Amino acid sequence: MSVDQKAPGRAVAPPGASTSRNAPPPARRRSRRVGSLVGMGFVAPAMLFFLAFLLVPIGYAIFLSFRGLRVDGAGGAFGRRVEGFVGFANYTAALTDAEFVAGLGRVLMYGLIAVPSVLGLALLFALLLDTPRVRFTAFARTAIFLPYAVPGVIASLLWGFLYLPSTSPVSFIARELGGSSFDFFSPPVLYFALANIALWSGVGFNMIIIYTSLRSIPTELYEAARLDGAGEWAIAWRIKIPLVAPALVLTGLFSVIGTFQLYSEPATLRPLTSTISSTWVPLMKIYQEAFVNDNLGGAAAASVVLSVGTLVISLVILRFFQRRTFGADS
Amino acid sequence: MTATIAAPPHRVSPKQTPPKRRTAKLASLILVIGAVYCLVPIAWVLVASSKSPRELFSTFSFAPGSGLWDNLAAITSYGGGQFWQWGLNSLLYAGVGALASTLLSAMAGYGLAKFAFRGREFVFGLVLAGVLVPGIVLAIPQYLLLANVGLAGSYWSVLLPSVINPFGIFLCRVFAQSAVPNETLEAARIDGGGEIRIFATIVLPMMMQGLVTVFLLQFVGIWNNFLLPFIMLSDQDMYPITLGLYSFLAKGAGDSDLYPLIIVGSAISVLPLIALLLVLQRFWRADLLAGGLKG
Repeated sequence: MSVDQKAPGRAVAPPGASTSRNAPPPARRRSRRVGSLVGMGFVAPAMLFFLAFLLVPIGYAIFLSFRGLRVDGAGGAFGRRVEGFVGFANYTAALTDAEFVAGLGRVLMYGLIAVPSVLGLALLFALLLDTPRVRFTAFARTAIFLPYAVPGVIASLLWGFLYLPSTSPVSFIARELGGSSFDFFSPPVLYFALANIALWSGVGFNMIIIYTSLRSIPTELYEAARLDGAGEWAIAWRIKIPLVAPALVLTGLFSVIGTFQLYSEPATLRPLTSTISSTWVPLMKIYQEAFVNDNLGGAAAASVVLSVGTLVISLVILRFFQRRTFGADS
Repeated sequence: MTATIAAPPHRVSPKQTPPKRRTAKLASLILVIGAVYCLVPIAWVLVASSKSPRELFSTFSFAPGSGLWDNLAAITSYGGGQFWQWGLNSLLYAGVGALASTLLSAMAGYGLAKFAFRGREFVFGLVLAGVLVPGIVLAIPQYLLLANVGLAGSYWSVLLPSVINPFGIFLCRVFAQSAVPNETLEAARIDGGGEIRIFATIVLPMMMQGLVTVFLLQFVGIWNNFLLPFIMLSDQDMYPITLGLYSFLAKGAGDSDLYPLIIVGSAISVLPLIALLLVLQRFWRADLLAGGLKG
């Protein structure tokens, strides 16, 4: 990526000045130093925010995760509880907390349904949009992308009402036919109901990214394959999907990161059902520890565990697919 | 291209055409089903916002009702016009936040792409790592830090953290590299333009398409963000619309009279974003996102 970068001072040399390449005149060297200061100047404001609202909070969270109340040793049974460093106590507490671990399990379960279905359908729609002679593409592209503009809370509200027995069209039809309301909120179905909200919100955005990546493939490749008698399916499998693999990795990565941050969907559905507890997903548990139980150290430790877990999984995905997608064709 | 197709006519066998056409039909059908699936909840909320409380629970979900004006009047008068205040707040957070974020990202992206300075690779590595940090888990330490300086609960507490967008910086760098030729910068410098003026009058317009994408992403991101204002704000008058509607639902769990208000409120809050998306769609550069990973 950095290959095409030149220091701006070197980009244009006056005609006939090629001899100066090895020994730049003092004026140019000074302009270069000024240029580097200007570059830092442009980067500085963003870095200031980066420092204040990303790095410092991360550092502070790590600091807090090692702190908590501990019994002052000298007093024996009458020891006062004072705030101080407690080592890894918060981490052991978080990792052995049944509710936190169960929340991680729920998120994992949800992610196993949501991520493949979002990516699979996004890829399918993108490939269909890119198939010749398909109609309604402009309409479908816009309609499928539209839910991206709907906030997660509102998407959950809309689907929540479509799930809620008293307002759901499914339950209405079922009752008209003499059946009973369909329960979208009982545990196995609930995961699909949540994944469906993620699918609805996310499929269009991912579709657009994959579709755009498809459009950048030179059409000569297809022409050649078609002349060799390849059908559209073969072209999709053999040419298109391998070539859009980087876009798939990017969208997959963002989906996985988003999965671990699942919060607003279950929090919004919570008033509609008793199945979702106040600590149903890890972030809900973290929120409760911090603001209800006043256990900042525990909340910070759980946050760190969650972030590190996300980071590790992201890096594993990147490593794994980068080797496969970029290693194969070079 | 047509020449290459015309050249070997014997290769295109007549047998190939019918299955291809069937594939195209099936593909169109699946796309239309997908489109309908995506439109159904939006259609439902628009229809349901016309229902009176009783109609909501007694008539078929997609049958229009008779209570649209009552619902609009009810939501407008709720809490002394609080709903519209929430809308304005959302606009403020998302508009100002995304604008500031886009400007800072553009500057940083341009600086990283076009200037050589010590520590540049380090800074860029930090930005890349920042993309992978799940932003939401930062909300609690951000709250504690802002509370220390007395800013928690203010407009600033939602605006300031929204400005930082590592992915935006990354995209701006990619875009500055491809859209701003070094020769143009050199020519402008020879003409004696100051660096800030060059940036404002030459670089920014050249990056405009990419900046619209970054702006749109960040605008939607801030508008959709729930946990950050949820943690930061305690004064209901400062809520963004998502948080306001959530507080409706949390309050109205046992009180189904509030449901029509929630529904009409959702309908109203969905419309401007959809309009924004349809308008900005033309400028939207998704290839920027797709190309981003190649780096």
